[in-house]
Amino acid sequence: MQTDLTINGHTYALNADQRTTLLDALRQHLGLTGAKKGCDHGQCGACTVLVNGRRINSCLTLACMHDGDEIVTIEGIGSEEDLSALQQAFMSEDGFQCGYCTPGQICSATAMLEEVKAGWPSHVSDSLDGKPRLSDEEISERMSGNLCRCACYPNIVAAIRSASEASS
Amino acid sequence: MRPFDYVRPSGLPEATRQARAEGSAFIAGGTNLLDLMKLEVMAPTRLVDINRLDLAECASLPIGGLRIGALVTNSDLAADERVRRDYPLLSRALLAGASGQLRNKATTGGNLLQRTRCYYFYDTSAPCNKREPGSGCSAIGGATRLHAILGASDHCIATHPSDMAVAMQALDAGVEIETVEGITRSVPLSDFYRLPGDTPHIETVLEPGDLITGVVLPAPVKATQIYRKVRDRASYAFALVSAAAVVAVENGTIGSAALAFGGVAPRPWRNHHAELMLAGERPSEKLFEAFADEVLGEARGQGGNDFKIPLLRRTIIATLKQATEESQ
Repeated sequence: MQTDLTINGHTYALNADQRTTLLDALRQHLGLTGAKKGCDHGQCGACTVLVNGRRINSCLTLACMHDGDEIVTIEGIGSEEDLSALQQAFMSEDGFQCGYCTPGQICSATAMLEEVKAGWPSHVSDSLDGKPRLSDEEISERMSGNLCRCACYPNIVAAIRSASEASS
Repeated sequence: MRPFDYVRPSGLPEATRQARAEGSAFIAGGTNLLDLMKLEVMAPTRLVDINRLDLAECASLPIGGLRIGALVTNSDLAADERVRRDYPLLSRALLAGASGQLRNKATTGGNLLQRTRCYYFYDTSAPCNKREPGSGCSAIGGATRLHAILGASDHCIATHPSDMAVAMQALDAGVEIETVEGITRSVPLSDFYRLPGDTPHIETVLEPGDLITGVVLPAPVKATQIYRKVRDRASYAFALVSAAAVVAVENGTIGSAALAFGGVAPRPWRNHHAELMLAGERPSEKLFEAFADEVLGEARGQGGNDFKIPLLRRTIIATLKQATEESQ
């Protein structure tokens, strides 16, 4: 089955078994290995990518469901010469050890900061008034779909806080 | 994952017709279905992708109330201004469930139909009456930390895992269903789920091909709304027990009270009979205890989940205390 995927601004014609998840399409068919396979069940967040600006687990969706969607992976966020603010902050704050979860963390945080700007509340927000303040508790709650087996959580929170403060 | 045909219907009639055949399944967000397909707990032979159908709108109703399209994502619903203002309980319940990534994919219809997280339902090497009718229940006499204390049977003690559905149950929601014959019918959420009895594989009143097209919330009432969830970790975990409350106190007495409970039964649990004890009464610890005892009258532990009986009792009392205080 052929699916036309738009990824990081490029169009790819994918010919794959329709059981192929978006994650496997990226990694095994299109050579985009930035998104990582951790649990393959939507629990760890290592496979997080953006679809139409929203963060999702690419392991829990089929590639064939996404023709026409705008997909952004870690390869489409910043470059070695021009890191995004979050990527720079993860470097500055030492937000990783092994780095395996980092592409997912950065894709997730990139979209999460947009959710906060759009006024989305979270489980720990005191009010549902649409003006959430990004405390460390808010960052932890909003990032709970991304696990880090090296337990770099304090530095991940610091990196996201720092990137958020720089952009506001 | 087993092979399947993938079809993408262009409208409702085609969708229900394509899904009527045995082995067919609708796919929307897919976060639960694909997980189960990878484990071969579910193996549909045809996936009917409804994501392109026009079911992603939330519309205010002329008579008051809100119609939530079946494809409205959990994220969009939790952030919807009308939901935050008029049904804060629903926002809170949605935000207490899953993760940011999952809520972006999970839909309103799919959330209602998500399957239990019973360990044995997931373990294809273990007998399970829900997965394989007649094979037996491995949970009875097994690990039962997640399992039901109310509404279970000798054939199945699984719980319904949704937070969203618990809030909707307390809000008197109705489920809108499109049938293969092209008829739209509406079923109160309180009649939507079937108790397991001796057919735990039949979980709802849906017939083959039936598609949930939306959920209707009645006009909001002036009341305090609370969702309280108790779980093993602070975020991204299913409820051990949860309580949704819509309580109005006027002139020192309880005018109306609707309470629904999650994590304790095969469906969002509500006891209308017990609620009658609250109406017209002055809030007191003694009243709340009597209400909790009535709700838990039929409760039965399985060993590993015995703790849920006192835990739900305390959660009910704390929730009613908070709701009546905030509603004064």
